[in-house]
Amino acid sequence: MRMPEFRRAVARLVGPGEPELGCDECFAELDRYVELELAGVDADAAVPGMRAHLAGCPACREDHESLGALVRSTRPS
Amino acid sequence: MSALPSEARVGSMVSALDAVDPPAPRPAPLLDRESRDWLVSLNGRGPARDAAIARLHALLLRAARFEVGRRRAALPYVRGDEFDDIACEAADDALVSVLARLDDYRGASRFTTWVYKFALYEAAAKLRRRAWQGREVPLEAETWEMFTDGGLEPAAEVEQRELLAAVKDGISLRLTPHQRTVLVALAVNGVPIDVLAERLGTTRGALYKTLHDARRSLRAGLAESGFDLKATNVEGR
Repeated sequence: MRMPEFRRAVARLVGPGEPELGCDECFAELDRYVELELAGVDADAAVPGMRAHLAGCPACREDHESLGALVRSTRPS
Repeated sequence: MSALPSEARVGSMVSALDAVDPPAPRPAPLLDRESRDWLVSLNGRGPARDAAIARLHALLLRAARFEVGRRRAALPYVRGDEFDDIACEAADDALVSVLARLDDYRGASRFTTWVYKFALYEAAAKLRRRAWQGREVPLEAETWEMFTDGGLEPAAEVEQRELLAAVKDGISLRLTPHQRTVLVALAVNGVPIDVLAERLGTTRGALYKTLHDARRSLRAGLAESGFDLKATNVEGR
């Protein structure tokens, strides 16, 4: 195993280590956050703690990726 | 139906895990025409409302099928018609949630984006649970293999071994039994949070709060033992 894999394993254990939202707040803000991202606005400044939560919560990260992909797929390029 | 978070109680950010600066107050946005039309139709009566609900269900089903499509390759043992059943159930549950929470929609995004997240959430949670159906949920560490290594330089190997020992000590000594169970299941054994929430009879939000507290305790223990997680590049993402 390479060192980065070890670090990733430890990172999963210790989490993002910075202020973060919980899953409920993440769900509440997710649609706004995704639209800000797609609009090229600084979504992290608008929704503090979201980026850290997405780093620490695989389920919410997947929801974020799916919503972004779905919204992108419905809009003209 | 999955235990969806309550949209109504999150606006104030009071249940954020840390002292996160709340977003600056923002004026109520002007709804785009499509979003306004959705609200008018769904808040109406009679055949117009019924038709809007049918269109909403079709929208939710599209989103649920989108999620199923993204995940089906990871579930090769699930039959095609079962995937469609899961998408339909997700759309049905999402419809109930959306209609129950219509007053929570504040126009912070397009209405369609707002409703999509309900269908995606339901579909993803059902698929994660389907993937673990019939499997035992491991609550004790099954393996620490990912934390051991071979073929490293001696100094790196020593660094890993010491950090791993400190991590194990932290888990054993600093965490409550419940924190230990949650941390090990989610972060070591890779149990999806929806699956663990269902098995433990709790919610995703409550479990993540436990995980967060466990992580904070573990970090504090590592810091007291002299480990600098930034210096060891654990936080390098």
